[in-house]
Amino acid sequence: MLKVNNITKTFGGLTALEDVSLSVSPGSITGIIGPNGAGKTTLFNIITGLYTQSAGKVFLEGKNISYFPPEALAGLGMVRTFQNVELFGQMTVWENVMVGLHTKSSSGFFGCAFKLPRQIKEEKLIREKSMRWLDFTGIADIARMRADNLPFGKSRLLEISRALALEPRIILMDEPAAGLNSRETLQLAAVIRRIKELGITVVLVEHDMDLVMDICESIIVLNLGKKLAQGTPREVQENPEVIAAYLGED
Amino acid sequence: MITEEKRQVFIFLIFALALLAAPFFFRESYLLTVLVFIGIHTMLAVSLNLLMGYAGQISLGHAAFFGLGAYLSGILTTRFGLDPWLVIILAAICAAVVAFVIGFPILKLKGHYLAMATLGFGIIIYIFFNETVDWTGGPSGLPSIPSLQIGTIIFDNDLNNYYLVWIITLCVMLLSINLSQSRIGRALRAVHDSEVAARVMGINAWFLKVQIFTVSAFISAVAGSLYAHAMTFISPASFGFNFSVELVTMVVVGGLGSIYGSFLGAAILTVLPEFLRVFEDFDVVIYGFLLIIMNMFMPGGLISGLELLAQKVALKIKKKRPSDA
Repeated sequence: MLKVNNITKTFGGLTALEDVSLSVSPGSITGIIGPNGAGKTTLFNIITGLYTQSAGKVFLEGKNISYFPPEALAGLGMVRTFQNVELFGQMTVWENVMVGLHTKSSSGFFGCAFKLPRQIKEEKLIREKSMRWLDFTGIADIARMRADNLPFGKSRLLEISRALALEPRIILMDEPAAGLNSRETLQLAAVIRRIKELGITVVLVEHDMDLVMDICESIIVLNLGKKLAQGTPREVQENPEVIAAYLGED
Repeated sequence: MITEEKRQVFIFLIFALALLAAPFFFRESYLLTVLVFIGIHTMLAVSLNLLMGYAGQISLGHAAFFGLGAYLSGILTTRFGLDPWLVIILAAICAAVVAFVIGFPILKLKGHYLAMATLGFGIIIYIFFNETVDWTGGPSGLPSIPSLQIGTIIFDNDLNNYYLVWIITLCVMLLSINLSQSRIGRALRAVHDSEVAARVMGINAWFLKVQIFTVSAFISAVAGSLYAHAMTFISPASFGFNFSVELVTMVVVGGLGSIYGSFLGAAILTVLPEFLRVFEDFDVVIYGFLLIIMNMFMPGGLISGLELLAQKVALKIKKKRPSDA
């Protein structure tokens, strides 16, 4: 599904990622873990086109997507969420999800300004479809609230709904459980499992080990910009190198 | 959602009817002239609002597109005798092409840098109007631009110009409202709120900004052409930096991201100078002061203030009813 080959990223003299390769199998939930500064978010930013790598390639379903900008990746079915939640704050919850359907609709400036019949039909479809995604994450009741007035847990769910509206084939989540309480984390785990049931491949960077061990089928461990291990939760937990990295031994 | 849509159609109809009926109450030629100016300024404010209020991109050179429309209309009709209506469309397309071409490099810039780039563009065009004396007449202006004409109706008096300008302005407003509530409008606001998230959602933010900049220039040029034909005389002073700032003030005072707000801002900033005549050249100081005050106390503009007021009144009426019974 997703293949990363020998990615290296340097910021000035600092090497954030060094020769990292990994692969994600279709339909799976894969977790990327590692101590702070391991390069997890940098890797995400490279895969999703926000950063450009110093070297290495990224493939999506066999297609070379290295250096593709994020707007092109959206069209290919790759979407992501952000660690600090990037919502469209001045828009309503509903409108946020409608933006997620941007690539699924095509009316242009002319059609929209003159309200051509095709645009009216498309707009109706956008409204219906986006509401379905709000239902999916269980936040349809707050559809008309302004996005920047939401409590943090709800804004996470909104960001996920918006990403799903794109009907992606792969979704990358950057620390989806950060800032959530335990009840919200459980809710999140259930949502992620249901995303997988839709046939969407899930990749997540996460610090919450309970969540990662619970929902991920495959785990990749990064440390100091290098890949340390890849395997099932059990394999990773028993890996002495991983234990050393987390406990800070030499 | 249907009721909300109907409410908006209703508001627009009332607004349009009120404006079309206005000449029956304001018969004085002076008042009609002011209303014609308000119409032209509304068109300009709406066009700038699409860029500033929706897409969140500043332009400190919008008077240049207004001027391009006016001068192209003036020059092509007086010196080449082309049909004025044809020229309006031609001028608008020219301004749009200019915007499209300069938009690609300058809309890569953000914030202050974009402000400086558009400012520079505005100044270049202004100098161009002043210096190409053979074409534009230079600082002394371009006189005897013909009035527009449809059949036997000649738009050479205030009443006819009022209807011409306002019918076109209302069309521009309606189309802009439609646009703002469509997928394009949402994409623009998305780019405004979080460009990175918008891009992740598949919106080509850069190209979208270039597109709205182009549309905005097109509308501004139409306003410029109408201005040239209504006034029959134009000079560079009307298209300088001061006017660009005035346009920004209209949009901010009226309300960023509100089409009716643009009308409000245009109306106030058109009427205000009539009262500020006593201050002469210090009117710019007052605009600046107005901008500061608005940003501090009413960042959503006057339109948001009015909406708040309406909500409070509605709440009071609701509260009163049960006690009355």
